Amino acid sequence: MRPLEDGVLDGNAIGGLLLEVFGTEMTVATGTCGSCGMTAQVAEMAVYQPKLGTVVRCRKCDNVLMVFVEVRGVTCVDLWGLAQLA
Amino acid sequence: MAGTAVRGRLTWQTATVSAVMDETSAVRTLSFEVPDWAGHRAGQHLDIRLTADDGYRAERSYSIASAPGEPVAITVERLDDGEVSPYLTQDVQPGDEIELRGPIGGYFVWDGGASDSVPLLLLAGGSGVVPLRAMLRHRSRVGSSVPVRLLYSVRSLPDVIYRPELSAEPDGVQVIYTLTRQQPPGWTGYARRVDPAMIGEVAWPVAQAPLAYVCGPTNFVEGVAADLVALGYPPQRVKTERFGATGTP
Repeated sequence: MRPLEDGVLDGNAIGGLLLEVFGTEMTVATGTCGSCGMTAQVAEMAVYQPKLGTVVRCRKCDNVLMVFVEVRGVTCVDLWGLAQLA
Repeated sequence: MAGTAVRGRLTWQTATVSAVMDETSAVRTLSFEVPDWAGHRAGQHLDIRLTADDGYRAERSYSIASAPGEPVAITVERLDDGEVSPYLTQDVQPGDEIELRGPIGGYFVWDGGASDSVPLLLLAGGSGVVPLRAMLRHRSRVGSSVPVRLLYSVRSLPDVIYRPELSAEPDGVQVIYTLTRQQPPGWTGYARRVDPAMIGEVAWPVAQAPLAYVCGPTNFVEGVAADLVALGYPPQRVKTERFGATGTP
């Protein structure tokens, strides 16, 4: 896994957001990257939080795994980069 | 338009500040009365939401500083250019109401159960000590005799959070400081950033199957976790939690 730069967070930081979206504790869920096949617990994934929302990336290949954007109180979820989340 | 949105499954709730306590000149612990608290595990965090008069909202995550069974508490470090921490560390008074949601997280937790009976290595960078303190308190409360070493990297002795409590060093707990910026006269302890040599001296031998928890700013966590893995710690035995400049974890 590549080291994270300063200021980049990990999946622990979005436990609340994920709990709200999925209705269950998700930081210990395992995700498989749809690009390189790397599996990792959500808590270990790289999390970027620019003003527009939240971007979760693979620690190995940098592929975007999940995107969350809140629009007028509704959270839009894009899980396209994940092959599996369980 | 009137909202008819379904309530989030983890809902924000209103908590009342029951106590505030200064830990250092820039760090304060806030305790809450939370009417509908599900109970937390050592190492979990909660989210706090502040809403300005104009509707602007800011959310931050904070590690829970108290042990399971104790009143919910967080410890907040003031960032002078922060949106949330100046309010929490300077303005909030007992009796004030605050919106929070939690408990949150299942990865960076230590339950002290039978499967957790191996030596614990806790590594803190600055206010990364907060969830580790919850683990230490939990260890005492459940009567665990698991040996613990806490390596705490902090700028100077006055910046040490929970200093009286940590100095007490309950049986089986060893607290090792490294003072990275300023040391008191006659200081014989570590006085540098955590490096592989220091980790090599402090870490439990791999053969004891220790469990490590690392919490701090991202660069601290990256360095320490890599050092532990280089020492032979299996990556899955090194639990990490990073926080950024805008809040904790």
